[in-house]
Amino acid sequence: MGAMPKQEIADEEGYSFAYLDEQTKRMIRRCILKAVAVPGYQVPFGGREMPLPYGWGTGGMQVTASIIGRDDTLKVIDQGADDTTNAVNIRRFFARVAGAPTTEATAEASIVQTRHRVPEDPLREGQIIVYQVPQPEPLRPLEPREIECRKMHAYKEYGLMQVSLYEDIARFGEIATSYSYPVMVNDRFLMSPTPIPKFDNPKMDDFPALQLFGAGREKRIYAVPPYTKVKSLDFDDHPFAVQQWEEDCALCGAEETFLDEVILDDKGGKMYVCSDSHYCARRRAEGHRGYLSEGAAEAYAAAVGADAGGANADEEA
Amino acid sequence: MESQTPLLRVRNLTHAFGHLLACDDISFELHSGEVLGVVGESGSGKTTLLNCLSARLTPTNGIVEYDLRGRGLTDIYTLSEPERRLLLRTDWGVVMQNPRDGLRMNVSAGGNVGERLMAVGARHYGAIRHEAEDWLTKVELDLGRIDDRPKHFSGGMQQRLQIARNLVTKPRLIFMDEPTGGLDVSVQARLLDLLRGLVRELRLSAIIVTHDLAVARLLADRLMVMKDGKVVESGLTDQVLDDPHHSYTQLLVSSVLQV
Repeated sequence: MGAMPKQEIADEEGYSFAYLDEQTKRMIRRCILKAVAVPGYQVPFGGREMPLPYGWGTGGMQVTASIIGRDDTLKVIDQGADDTTNAVNIRRFFARVAGAPTTEATAEASIVQTRHRVPEDPLREGQIIVYQVPQPEPLRPLEPREIECRKMHAYKEYGLMQVSLYEDIARFGEIATSYSYPVMVNDRFLMSPTPIPKFDNPKMDDFPALQLFGAGREKRIYAVPPYTKVKSLDFDDHPFAVQQWEEDCALCGAEETFLDEVILDDKGGKMYVCSDSHYCARRRAEGHRGYLSEGAAEAYAAAVGADAGGANADEEA
Repeated sequence: MESQTPLLRVRNLTHAFGHLLACDDISFELHSGEVLGVVGESGSGKTTLLNCLSARLTPTNGIVEYDLRGRGLTDIYTLSEPERRLLLRTDWGVVMQNPRDGLRMNVSAGGNVGERLMAVGARHYGAIRHEAEDWLTKVELDLGRIDDRPKHFSGGMQQRLQIARNLVTKPRLIFMDEPTGGLDVSVQARLLDLLRGLVRELRLSAIIVTHDLAVARLLADRLMVMKDGKVVESGLTDQVLDDPHHSYTQLLVSSVLQV
């Protein structure tokens, strides 16, 4: 491969830029290129140890570390929220080792690393969304043999995945799978969209941004290039449908977002709020109000702490 | 109905595991609608033969040809792997000795029967469900248990479910390895009754490997007797069992307890 690439040193002393050494980043970039060339195909890669446990986003972090540059702006979300432990720590990590500017605004980010959600605000061409993947193999719960799974992918034998949906309907009367809902990518590869709720599945279809998936423990990378067909599996007489809520967001009144249930007291009180914290805060700043907005927003802020308090402060400003 | 071309033609089939010759120079033909029994003691190469015939074990030597729909007699080992796997899921059926190998124990009975249909592209839940119910009725399983998992079924029920799962795509040839192994005699009798009915009704061809001469007598039109990897005698079932020529066949027939 010619001369050794020049080691770029981050501002944090002793670390390569973006934590991983240059060879590792090149190896991962090659895997990403292959993944983009074969949409939905799981490319094995030599996963490295990251300074946090498996299951906390090591796959997504390695992908992010390999693609991030000096000009990038990073947004990290966990369950849609910018202010959860995992998101805060990963964001701070890249701010330290890559000197990357970070943001909570989806529109301002060039790279969005996510766990469990696709942001409510639409992404655009040129942006990259990096998913943290716990289990890349959608066939795994049904077929424990890895060799057999690979053959099924190679020969496009996906009847078995349909069996799992059949089981759902037989048991619950409807397709009860609500997250990690299997999709066909580019009419060829069956892909697990990671534990995003099926609410977000339709967004993946014909998506303008590049979607990259990294699984650290399983050491797999896969990708969906911009404007690729992504179709959720279903039956002719039980078509794919997304979750719906009877209520709107209690804070911002949004009607068509993915809502989290928040328990308010021990007497059965609860409210629903947008899981995308940035989207919800922006709407409130724009003056949208949910039915519980005034009192609950304060209770919510008191419960979840500083960041939501910040959002409240924005409101008052 | 009987055509001149056989459904399956086997020529000089030999399979060796290292120095051990499990199948030695076996040749035969199977015609449409015919049931062939393969008997012999354990270790005589019956299961190896069945695995070679059903495209799951590439033989060391010899040719296995099958009358593919629209293509005529084709050597199955010249087919690509996906073609062979498709054949195994559609035109063929394999009933395993141990239902745990042939069923998905964590998928409901209906799902087990429907899997082959979904594998060939069925995407209408109602239709798949209806077909599964139909087949469960045919193999005399209680419809109330369609959503139960086979791990909660008795051995006989599991075996019947395995048969339904294999027959749902209307195969022309089924391979059975000791289909009544491990079942008590009354359950065996009912299963044999069922199999005999299905084979006649659907005009199935079948190759049944068994060490139980009673099973062979009831189900098979023709019989092959194997010993040490070789076919020592073959012919019509009644002929072989009532008038055994080879000394090993005589021993085999006389070893059956007369009650």
